[in-house]
Amino acid sequence: MSTVTALNSRTRPRSARPTLERVTSGRVLNSEWIKFRTLRSTWITLAAAVVAMTAIGTAVGYFTGTGNWATLEAQDTLASAPLQGYFLTQLLVGVLGVLFVTGEYGTGMIRSTFAAVPRRLPILGAKTAVFGAVALMAMTVASFAAFFGAQLFLGPDGHGSSLSDPGALRSVAGVGIYLTLVGVLGGALGWVVRNTAGAISALVGLLLILPVILGLLPGSLGTTITKYLPSNAGGSLMTSVQLPDTLAPWTGLGVVVLWVAAALVAAVVVVRRRDA
Amino acid sequence: MIEAHNLTKRYGEKIAVDDLSFTVQPGIVTGFLGPNGAGKSTTMRMILGLDAPTSGSVTVNGRAYAEHPAPLHEVGALLEARAIHTGRSAANHLLAMAATTGIGRRRVEEVIDLVGLREVAAKRAGGFSLGMGQRLGIASALLGDPETLILDEPVNGLDPEGVLWIRTLLKQLADEGRTVFLSSHLMSEMALTAEHLIVVGRGRLIRDVSVDDFITSASSDSVLVRSPDEGHLRDLLLADGIEVSSSEPGHLQVTGMTSDEIGYRAAAAGLTLLELSPVQASLEEAFMALTHDAVEYRAPTPSPAARGEATPVLEGIAA
Repeated sequence: MSTVTALNSRTRPRSARPTLERVTSGRVLNSEWIKFRTLRSTWITLAAAVVAMTAIGTAVGYFTGTGNWATLEAQDTLASAPLQGYFLTQLLVGVLGVLFVTGEYGTGMIRSTFAAVPRRLPILGAKTAVFGAVALMAMTVASFAAFFGAQLFLGPDGHGSSLSDPGALRSVAGVGIYLTLVGVLGGALGWVVRNTAGAISALVGLLLILPVILGLLPGSLGTTITKYLPSNAGGSLMTSVQLPDTLAPWTGLGVVVLWVAAALVAAVVVVRRRDA
Repeated sequence: MIEAHNLTKRYGEKIAVDDLSFTVQPGIVTGFLGPNGAGKSTTMRMILGLDAPTSGSVTVNGRAYAEHPAPLHEVGALLEARAIHTGRSAANHLLAMAATTGIGRRRVEEVIDLVGLREVAAKRAGGFSLGMGQRLGIASALLGDPETLILDEPVNGLDPEGVLWIRTLLKQLADEGRTVFLSSHLMSEMALTAEHLIVVGRGRLIRDVSVDDFITSASSDSVLVRSPDEGHLRDLLLADGIEVSSSEPGHLQVTGMTSDEIGYRAAAAGLTLLELSPVQASLEEAFMALTHDAVEYRAPTPSPAARGEATPVLEGIAA
């Protein structure tokens, strides 16, 4: 059979090759980058996230710009007001983070992946790095686009903000960072839960439902606890002025990072121990 | 070379693989044979480090699989169910796998041609038929030109042409000095492809034997005789100390005498024979006899005793 002869096309001896073709972090990173960009769903979800962020920001600018400025609540006039679209965008980027991991479990691809890189942790690292890099770029662009999109309608009336305003640059850049961290959190939950629906539920529960439930606690207990939840801690970073009962901006970032780090540690433990 | 030492895998109460030790030699195709649920897939996953053994160990070319610096060059694996992301094209799947160990696009193109997936290489793997999926899995296994190949049920879902292709390919790979280890629950397939057999049932080793020896030891030849003078013939043969059994009127199953001898014997006694045919026990039957006690899931065949017990219970309910 002509097909079979091609097997020998590579020059032997084979014993010399494994040292040249060993698995390295760079190669695993490249492999994960190929995986990330060769799925249509990746680009659809990422595009949806960028569009949502930008469109909502621009729309906020339009409605507040054409509204009666005197009657608006203080929060709606902040420099960071056009960034509210992060609320929806975090779900999209979170789902993207989840899918990059659970898509492999759902299809059985994870067995091929771990057979190629049996030490496993380089995969977890490479997935996190590839996703983090792409998400940080895309979400930062989206956040700036939302901010400047809003200025198109706010600027002419003199209600516009500039990046040099107090807290403006920090909150705009903060949205890019927060959204990236939410996606990484989604990925980490994906490693732990290993199931798309389960990981998305866990993420939504942590970001959206837990703050509501804990907010019902009596007295000041609710507000004391909820400000340390990832969504509220992230909110501190993404609001240009510190609001009552919230953390200081950089403290907020630190708290979100701790949440993500904790989830990643859990992911590492699970990936190492469990059978694939 | 694959060496398993006292490999054991337990899932809670259930033992999937039970103290399994064997060696798979290079240069031949070794079949891993057993009924469904015998622990074949679990064993293969343990070889690849996907499942951790509860106890015992397994090495590939002297080292645990995970300790090889370039695993894809050491072992190529085709795992049971499709281990491929359904949303990615065949070519991109192979490129991503190849990238982990620095294998270039040229080799990817090569294996695509090798398995005959050129026309569909740019299509999403989710739309592949079972046979195409198997071919993609085999392409993936061959990427690193590995010394050892592990294939879990490789002929599953393949059409006859595909089955022949796999058989030829595996033999070729073994002839090149590689270790080829494939699992199947079909004895007939193994007889055609493998030279050596490791037979398991309920996670335990049943036989570690060459295919030739297995066939010789397994086949008990008998002769089917059909005759209107059934009774006389039986008495005649029994008198000679020959084993005779009968499954239906007019039919005799004779063991320990050739069909020629039976023919002459009957003619000498003036008995009429309507049919005289040698029966060779099929390999499948031999395999089933061997693993009968080890089959995990079997359709229940109620014994008279069991039926007898069941009736009063029903009557009790009725009363």
